Amino acid sequence: MSVKEIAKNDFTRFVGTLIRTEKVFGVQAKGDRFDFAPLESAQDLRLDYDVTLQPPKKYFLPPAEVLLTYQVGGPYQSQLDGQEFILLGVHPYDMVAINQMDELFQQDNYDTHYMTRRHNATIIACDVAKPSDHVFASSMGTAVVKKGYDILLTDIGDSFVAEAATPKGEQLLAKAKGAAADAQALKKREDIWARNKKSLNKHELKCDPAYLPKVLAKAYKHPVWEEKAKTCFSCGSCNQVCPTCYCFNVQDDVNWDLKTGQRLREWDGCLLDGFTKVAPAHEFRKARADRFRHRLYRKATYVPQKLGGQIACVGCGRCVGACLPDIANPVNIYNRLIDDLGIG
Amino acid sequence: MCQCCAEKKDIYLPQLATVADISQMNVTEKYLRLALEDGQFDFIPGQFVEVSLSGIGEAPITISSSPTLGDSFELVVRKVGRVSSAIHNLQRGDKVGIRGPLGRGVYPVEECKGKNLVFICGGIGMVPQRSFIKYVLDNRNDYGDVAILQGTKSYDLRLFTSEIEAWGKRGDVQMLETLDEGDARWKGNVGVVTKLVSKVETDLKSAMILVCGPPIMYKFVLMALAEHEVSHQNIFLNLERKMKCGVGKCGHCQINNAYVCMSGPVFRYSDLASLPEAI
Repeated sequence: MSVKEIAKNDFTRFVGTLIRTEKVFGVQAKGDRFDFAPLESAQDLRLDYDVTLQPPKKYFLPPAEVLLTYQVGGPYQSQLDGQEFILLGVHPYDMVAINQMDELFQQDNYDTHYMTRRHNATIIACDVAKPSDHVFASSMGTAVVKKGYDILLTDIGDSFVAEAATPKGEQLLAKAKGAAADAQALKKREDIWARNKKSLNKHELKCDPAYLPKVLAKAYKHPVWEEKAKTCFSCGSCNQVCPTCYCFNVQDDVNWDLKTGQRLREWDGCLLDGFTKVAPAHEFRKARADRFRHRLYRKATYVPQKLGGQIACVGCGRCVGACLPDIANPVNIYNRLIDDLGIG
Repeated sequence: MCQCCAEKKDIYLPQLATVADISQMNVTEKYLRLALEDGQFDFIPGQFVEVSLSGIGEAPITISSSPTLGDSFELVVRKVGRVSSAIHNLQRGDKVGIRGPLGRGVYPVEECKGKNLVFICGGIGMVPQRSFIKYVLDNRNDYGDVAILQGTKSYDLRLFTSEIEAWGKRGDVQMLETLDEGDARWKGNVGVVTKLVSKVETDLKSAMILVCGPPIMYKFVLMALAEHEVSHQNIFLNLERKMKCGVGKCGHCQINNAYVCMSGPVFRYSDLASLPEAI
């Protein structure tokens, strides 16, 4: 597969070409922050961003989507989203999260709704140019990524190194003006990878993430859950901004004609009160501290069991910034447990 | 658009089934017999289906009939929420959506062969248990002694009264029934279902114990079984949780790391030791 060096103005022209022919979602400024949105002008693309407000998860698992349509009392029809698109500017930690979701939505029962969107996507990832205030991807081993994308971009100053990783990426990259990247450009990229592996670390985990399940195995009754949950609003912000949270609700919606309707899948969150409530009134995970603990156990014990041991926290730091009472930082919690319980 | 997904089965897509029979069992429970439009429906006792009412939603309901019934299956639904209330309004001939059978944690149909069985049912816990009970009675020679313990809150909430009466008269089933509250119309046992445990004639220690009831019941049943030194390997509990997808994705039914829709709903008690949220 090709590795090209593309001058920045040529890259902007390349993006302009893509926008004219394809549906492109890219990272743009939103006030003084950043977010993924439909890209209408190549000038709006901001690959120098630190972190987006929402992870790119929403393009594969939208906040609300139609799974099925029906006629009341009649048959149901599957609805698969057929639009092909390019997702431009995915950071390595978010790419790791997408790779994990790909596995989870294919495992055991293949989810055609998620996978159709995933197959329709061409992902252009990009290495982090500027660390965000709360990133800890270096601690989680997600500061660089080697798979999942179709093209990987690295900003090396006046140009990008662009490497195609799939036939789809190769085909797209052929449209960009640029020569094969030389040894000097590749060296600069290596340096950026080496830098990011250390510097995307505003919070430092005190152990290799592979040890986290062992730490949690001893931490079920630790007081930290109660202490943190005391000020938790159960607002679900941590769930909402998390690139690896994928719990959802399913409900029906009837149209005005009262004859047709759709079955919707919508994001849900395990921190929300009522997540485990059954009719008429029994709630299985009623205590806030239990819900708080459940989320942290999902990230570092339960979901990893489905992912061959990979920790389902990618260190994006979004939950740290989104949590009003400032209790969500997983590194603080895991470090506290490591201090109290050791990693053995 | 990706063709490979369009050709794969949609795990959220219900098939249509027709309400072949529906009747009111008591104040809160409705009985339904459903037949899928394409006829074929194979399941193992303990499995559940997601029942869809278009415009209302979907709810997980464990199958109450035995696979030996043939090409239709039975459900019993308590009127408690939106979907279950709408199910109560169905008429014979109406269509509902069905996904399933779901759940890989089922009754240990094979493991129980040749062994003595004790079913402990609390209230509508009888409904899922009945699937295995009827299977056992249809294959009576494959199993040892059978004792069925049923505890119900009050006289008017009793379910399957004629079936229970018939089981009691068979001669090869020890049928024990109790009501939490006494009633002038009731001449039998009064008290909670755990009081019946010591009346079981078969040796509990070597028996397979199958339990289903409201969440509160499990602790007390397990305490009673502990007095008889029943091995945790031989106790099976049928657990209920909120479920949305039924296919191991949505997260609602998780008990620690176990998805009830995947690993359950029937669990071996010794497997629950690592799941503090289970009971």
